[in-house]
Amino acid sequence: MMIRLTDVRKAFNQGRHNEFWALKGIDLQVAAGKVTVFRGPSGSGKTTLLTMVGALARPTSGRVHLEDRDISSMPERFLTEIRRSTFGFVFQNFNLIKGVSVLENVMIPAYPVGLPHAKLKARALELLDLLEMGGKAEAKAEWLSGGEAQRAAIARALINDPKVLIADEPTANLDSERSAQFLAIVERLKADGRTLLMTSHDPMVADAPVVDHVVTMRDGLVAETR
Amino acid sequence: MTGWTSRQRHLLDFALSSLNRRLGKNLGLLAVYTLVVFVLASVMLFSHAIRSEARLVLSGTPEMLIQKLMAGRHDLIPAGHLDAIRSVRGVRSAEGRLWGYLFDPAAAANYTLMVPNDRTVQPGTAVIGSGVAAVRDTAIGDTLSFRAHDGHLVQFTVAATIDKDSALVSADLFLVSEADFRRLFGIPEGRFPDIVATVRNPREGRTVAEKIDAALPDTRIILRDEILRTYDSVFDWREGMLLVLLSGAIMAFAIFAWEKASGLSAEERREIGILKAVGWETSDVIRLKTMEGVVISLTAFLAGYVLAYLHVFHLGAPLFEPVLKGWAVLYPEFELTPFIDELQVATLFFFTVFPYTVATVVPIWRAATVDPDTVMR
Repeated sequence: MMIRLTDVRKAFNQGRHNEFWALKGIDLQVAAGKVTVFRGPSGSGKTTLLTMVGALARPTSGRVHLEDRDISSMPERFLTEIRRSTFGFVFQNFNLIKGVSVLENVMIPAYPVGLPHAKLKARALELLDLLEMGGKAEAKAEWLSGGEAQRAAIARALINDPKVLIADEPTANLDSERSAQFLAIVERLKADGRTLLMTSHDPMVADAPVVDHVVTMRDGLVAETR
Repeated sequence: MTGWTSRQRHLLDFALSSLNRRLGKNLGLLAVYTLVVFVLASVMLFSHAIRSEARLVLSGTPEMLIQKLMAGRHDLIPAGHLDAIRSVRGVRSAEGRLWGYLFDPAAAANYTLMVPNDRTVQPGTAVIGSGVAAVRDTAIGDTLSFRAHDGHLVQFTVAATIDKDSALVSADLFLVSEADFRRLFGIPEGRFPDIVATVRNPREGRTVAEKIDAALPDTRIILRDEILRTYDSVFDWREGMLLVLLSGAIMAFAIFAWEKASGLSAEERREIGILKAVGWETSDVIRLKTMEGVVISLTAFLAGYVLAYLHVFHLGAPLFEPVLKGWAVLYPEFELTPFIDELQVATLFFFTVFPYTVATVVPIWRAATVDPDTVMR
């Protein structure tokens, strides 16, 4: 799935004394079926850029195209539908819902779709098995270690079979062994034909062979692309 | 299952597991909520049933009651008045009634003595209500004696007792023959405590009463409708008293429920952010939270109402009986006939389920309109 950004700008607290421009004009094209990593110092606009691409927020100005569709000015209802069907998210702190089981956490994004319960459960268990988390399906989310929580979050991101997976600092809370494990999963997802977008400070991620493109950002602008 | 029903099922499943996460807190809330519904429903069911019961009992009684007045006080009415009343157009029948109260020092209770119109009681015998039988520990064949107006003893052999089914009106009844009645109270022949009359057309009751009043200026006429109204207001007044006393508890619950339902913790906000980020619409989030609220309030409403029904109609409302039934030594023992008024159920539902659900949904609605990208910040 091709994603194209044209002169994308994003301001927070616009018109107030603490107005802040997180993105100052981004022109970028993300290739379908590839792994792209955004890197740069804190506050460079990596995460904000991912929220624009992932239809979590709208740019203040500029255009975001998903294939041929301009999603930058769509109303929230349509964005929700696009988010659900096109993107899977792995958040920095994984953001699993505490108190409910891993299985239920994985199924949550599919609830509004209205799949029959048995079918949905089978699919969630299949994903958990694939990520070697089958044994933890009934465990509560807060009992999981960092690596397990991440794999549960990946399973949740894949439940609606999205074409694009977005991960915000996926290895920030993991040791080297777990990070390598994560990169192996990324390789499998890429082989499935999915597009992957990640932000990362971690050189291990940016330099990994599976990564096709690295976009370096600084002060809300693209500094370098390779 | 269609997509829509699957969706609702998923939401309900998730709502239940969400509630399960704060099980202790939610069970506590449910218990207090159920108790409030139970108390309110008990008062409503009881007073409604007792009013209906009174109306049923009175529906079989004559339309009017005629008493003679002497210097503004109730006096014995002469039998001659019967003919005068019967000759008024519109009157179907008029009968003199023999009845009065007798204080029994042995039981420290008041009995209602009557000479029945519909059955014959042999002189020297009596038919007694269940309350009298219980308080005097008497069975058929036993003898009871009372001091008459002139100090002489009058003896009665219990010939029969009255069925408990009609205890509401018959618990303190003591039926005797006319001769015994007159001897006991010293009421001369040709005099009655009052006269009852029926009319041909019940809608003309008031007009007929005016005619009787004109023909017999020394009488006062009491219509059945007026008695019904008096009963209604007596029970209304008692119900109102009880509700005022309970209102403190209800207010406390309202504050507690509002506090519990409307306070949205940081954790709940975060969860709503996650749900929206992974593709839930605002309406899905609101529906989920509404379901949580409805599960709690509907469970409390149904449990409270069923418990109140059992309390009132199977156990005889032991908690409110003394206040709502009245004050007497001879409490009638009876089971109320279940009366359920749809409007009353709807009112109770509206005042218990609706406010709680609104209190749950309003803050959620505000949180659900939060931008989904907050989870990324």
